[in-house]
Amino acid sequence: MSGTYDIIIIGGGPAGLSAADSAVQNGAKKVLILERDREVGGILQQCVHNGFGLHHFKQELTGPGYAQRCYDMVKDRPEVEILVDTMVLEVRTDKTVVAVSPAKGRLELTAKTVILTMGCRERTRGAIRIPGTRPAGVYTAGAAQRMVNMEGYLPGKKIVILGSGDIGLIMARRMSLEGCKVQAVLEICPFSNGLTRNIVQCLNDYDIPLYLSHTIVAIHGRDRVSGITAAKVDEKMRPIPGTEFEIDCDTVLLSVGLIPENELSRGLGLTLHPKTSGPVVDQHRETSQPGIFAAGNVVHVHDLVDFVSDEAEIAGKYAALASLGQSPAVDRVIEVKPGAGINTCVPQHLRLGIEGENVRLFMRAAQPKRGVKLVITSGGETVLTKPLAVVKPSEMIAVDLPAAKTAALSGEISVAIDEGV
Amino acid sequence: MAIEQKVLNCIMCPMGCEITATIEAGVVTGTIGNRCPRGAKYAKDELTAPMRMLTSTVRVTGGRLRLLPVVSADVLPKGRILDCAEALRSVTVDAPIHAGDVVCPDVLGLGVDIVASRDMERA
Repeated sequence: MSGTYDIIIIGGGPAGLSAADSAVQNGAKKVLILERDREVGGILQQCVHNGFGLHHFKQELTGPGYAQRCYDMVKDRPEVEILVDTMVLEVRTDKTVVAVSPAKGRLELTAKTVILTMGCRERTRGAIRIPGTRPAGVYTAGAAQRMVNMEGYLPGKKIVILGSGDIGLIMARRMSLEGCKVQAVLEICPFSNGLTRNIVQCLNDYDIPLYLSHTIVAIHGRDRVSGITAAKVDEKMRPIPGTEFEIDCDTVLLSVGLIPENELSRGLGLTLHPKTSGPVVDQHRETSQPGIFAAGNVVHVHDLVDFVSDEAEIAGKYAALASLGQSPAVDRVIEVKPGAGINTCVPQHLRLGIEGENVRLFMRAAQPKRGVKLVITSGGETVLTKPLAVVKPSEMIAVDLPAAKTAALSGEISVAIDEGV
Repeated sequence: MAIEQKVLNCIMCPMGCEITATIEAGVVTGTIGNRCPRGAKYAKDELTAPMRMLTSTVRVTGGRLRLLPVVSADVLPKGRILDCAEALRSVTVDAPIHAGDVVCPDVLGLGVDIVASRDMERA
């Protein structure tokens, strides 16, 4: 472990591992993955359920199975070095990376390019300000998932879950399988924020009630959670007086959203997007700082790890080319703007050469809709349309812009949902 | 003969297709809305004999971690899933384990093995 690396990758989850594999395939000779946990694989290691990999590996895998596949791709590559138990403290614009580990102490490493693959963190009770006492027994769903699936502890026996994000739904089933009673899942939105399949197989299968447009207005208990007060909310998500009811429980799990983990990105001075909370990137996943790339949940929270791997492979390829001084020439920059009905779109801009290139855009809809059309326009002209039977904020939309289309682009493009189909 | 239509959400993959199944005399005779053949099979099974994959964990001794994630090698009858999960609570395996190793053969005599989801090296 010495000298300058072609690429240092911050985080050894699926994004980091996929980026490393792609970087080596594209010519990188010296790649280092820094991982703060005791092993690589990231959060997949605690996602013991199946449903991963159908797009990327064309095979249905469990989370640990997907992590294993990613690790197997890089573990025997002499070009890839992995340091676990290593926490990165700082990344500088000159691509110096400062890290610490119990085994190696303080490390100051240098690279030609850096790929940020730190993933995301869960929002906590503090982030949503639930009133009530402060007893033990309130966990984020992911923390509880790690306890149950990796450490071998049950966080409680009688559970209420706030938020219908996928981790919350998966945990509702997981706790049921372990003999716990899941009393209810409460969702403040009028629609679920998880994948439909998870409502079916995690809630309906176990007769767990889902209360839409409901939230927790108080948590009770002195030393340990003894129950919660739930209430219906109005269209502005304010609790409606008189609708309160009590639910008996000893544990509250929060599945109330994920936030890309960008402390290092902020330290680097990267431009972050206010809606995705991740770095603004081009189609190669290069950030506002040349030579600093980012991929996966650190850029925008995905619902499918398969798309994380796809995105990381792009970042790995172009970081490798940049480290070899072979970055493609840029002729023009095309901004990508979310239009009507679209909340976020990644990448936020395209840096194109004279010839076009195939670009995949990832969007999230602002509202659930049926029978709509995705319309991409530029300067009043329609570039591409795609009919969509159903759009949901919880399910990312992917659309491919072929090279022939991007070659012809000269100005800003806008991506919108057209309801008048 | 009564022709009935039922709407259900496919759970075979994260696409979650909304499938409208046509049922004639208790038999699924057609499906609309599924984007792949797995959806048609799902609708038929779901409306006659629903099946589910099972994922859980078992204890490991001598491994780097305390628990080994496991998965059923095939689908199991939905009504037996909780019984199978309970059966796995008394299973303990010794490291090292390789992904795909059988940790509980023929769970509850249902003809399906429970296998390891990942490798588990010795500590």
